[in-house]
Amino acid sequence: MRDAIAEAALPVGALVAALALFGVFVWVGGASPVEAWTILFKGAFGDWFSWQNTLQRAAPLMLTALCVALPARAGLIVIGGEGAVVLGGLAAAAVPYALALPENAWGSAVVCLAGAAVGAGWIAIAGALRQYRGVNETISSLLLAYTAIALFKQLVEGPLRDPTTLNKPSTRALAEGLRIGGIAGSDVHWGLALGVAACAIAGLWLARTPSGFAVRVVGGNPRTAQLVGLPASRLIVAACALGGACAGLAGAVEVAAVHTNANASLIAGYGYAGILVAFIARQSPFAIVPVAILFGGFGAAGSLLQRRLGLPDASVLVLQGIAFVLILASEALRGRRWFGARFAMKSLPLARRRVA
Amino acid sequence: MSLDLVGAFAAAIVGGALRVGVPFLFVSLGECLTEKSGRINLGLEGVLVLSAMSAFGGSYLTGSPWAGVACAAFAGAALALLHGLLCSLPRVSDVATGIALMLFGTGLAFYLGKPLIQPQAAQLPPLALGGFSSSPVVQAALQVNPLLPAGIVLALLMRWGFARTRWGLLVRLAGDSASAARALGYSVNGIRVAATVAGGAIAGLGGASLTLFYPGSWNEGISSGQGLIAVALVIFARWSPLRCVGAALLFGGAGAIGPALQSVGVSAFYYLFSAVPYVLTLVILVISCRPGSVARGSPGELSSVK
Repeated sequence: MRDAIAEAALPVGALVAALALFGVFVWVGGASPVEAWTILFKGAFGDWFSWQNTLQRAAPLMLTALCVALPARAGLIVIGGEGAVVLGGLAAAAVPYALALPENAWGSAVVCLAGAAVGAGWIAIAGALRQYRGVNETISSLLLAYTAIALFKQLVEGPLRDPTTLNKPSTRALAEGLRIGGIAGSDVHWGLALGVAACAIAGLWLARTPSGFAVRVVGGNPRTAQLVGLPASRLIVAACALGGACAGLAGAVEVAAVHTNANASLIAGYGYAGILVAFIARQSPFAIVPVAILFGGFGAAGSLLQRRLGLPDASVLVLQGIAFVLILASEALRGRRWFGARFAMKSLPLARRRVA
Repeated sequence: MSLDLVGAFAAAIVGGALRVGVPFLFVSLGECLTEKSGRINLGLEGVLVLSAMSAFGGSYLTGSPWAGVACAAFAGAALALLHGLLCSLPRVSDVATGIALMLFGTGLAFYLGKPLIQPQAAQLPPLALGGFSSSPVVQAALQVNPLLPAGIVLALLMRWGFARTRWGLLVRLAGDSASAARALGYSVNGIRVAATVAGGAIAGLGGASLTLFYPGSWNEGISSGQGLIAVALVIFARWSPLRCVGAALLFGGAGAIGPALQSVGVSAFYYLFSAVPYVLTLVILVISCRPGSVARGSPGELSSVK
């Protein structure tokens, strides 16, 4: 328990410092920092309406954060989750073009699985290029993400376009029965449950199963993994594929629950925000859930900041950037006492990793 | 396609390579300098966007494009300084910091650049190199960014500097063997911070090329990964400033295929052609990397190529 508190102290401190710095930033911009903080929290968690908005944004963030965290536990820094999101969403919207699906929960499951499968394949490419060709996965995954976005636009404006969508090219809308509805009649859709479940399953998999343990060994010390004969390449590609499946699922859920068809609104940066969530959660799937809710909340409050204080909508991006910088800087303060091998920052490149 | 169309297409590709390639050139030169000192700065994508915004803002407020260029170099250096200092802290990874600055730099640029989306700013005056030809197509294609010759001179200077000057040797020493540099009494972190800052300033000139020459306006989609492609180009160019020039022009040409086809009336698959630079970068990385061995010519301390 004390370990867990010590573990959380630095990220929480860094987040508080980030909010403080954001206040300074707002103040320089001519607005009141106290008001900005109040709006930030009211817009995120003030009432049931903002909670619904927050949770709706948190669902895809959980899944895209897993796309960073799972490969990170296997020792890879994958930042191209956005590509898996858009292609997963596109696949979900495209399934009914090819298959006549039953308009019930089974049909929805097929739609989601299609998204997850495409996302898994896309991110697995980055893992496989790294393992079999030695290509840096950070760079290749982001290049793949840009390629995916180009592919998405080409298909949505070309062969998959619904000719009735005039000013905003979109695919045909999913049939009513294939969509994912709200939980208990609210705006919060079942994608949130999927996100929480995915985080819990990923956490349990890493902590409690032999294959999850093997992945952590490969990520923690590749030399040891080699010595004990673990199939490192297969494990790494599998971790990437699982992460990609989560991000692809995020895209599918966004289409099936929010947009109802695939269009450019799907390219909303959830993949990039997921990187930040995963790093703040220190690549732990369980910690991703609260961090995703927090940042989903900040995202939800963004438009309120814009309306009430006249701050540009990018102010949330600035807050995210500050938080990311400070969370990395806080690693330098980490005392050796807290720096057990198990909790070591899994995202550091091998050459720089120092295990106490 | 008739002969005229082929000619127009070729001119559009060459002209496009010279225009689109300039940001690649500066960012890859900046990254080359940073990586020679033993650190990778993935944040140059953020530097590119922030400096593009700063250049446009500087030019808009002062009316002088050259003041904009200075603002861009300054903004690039400032963001790179943050990278350099953060990475000097213990246990802070340069790759993760780069990702953070990519997000921070673009967020800051969108925030500060909001009022700059509508207005026009004074542009850099083009150099007309097409005077030898009477064809208006050739003349239009050879309206060259005035920063391009500066970039080529800079590449030559860097090549000479790395080989012949004390500073160049120090940077390479810090990049190839930190312990040797330390044994000689130099501050490895100090050298790396200086190299990162200089690299950021150089990359900033690439940002200025984006908003003050081509495409010549500021919007939030001004760069989609050019900074990152340039980082990958350095691996392809095997850390040689002169090869960076060739690589940047090659990628400029690849990036110009889509617009060039559009200019001769082919607009199908526009988005697919816009993805050519990314796919080409991936293919080149696959060809030039080998599993389990270090890329040829790479600085010994670099974590990204291991």
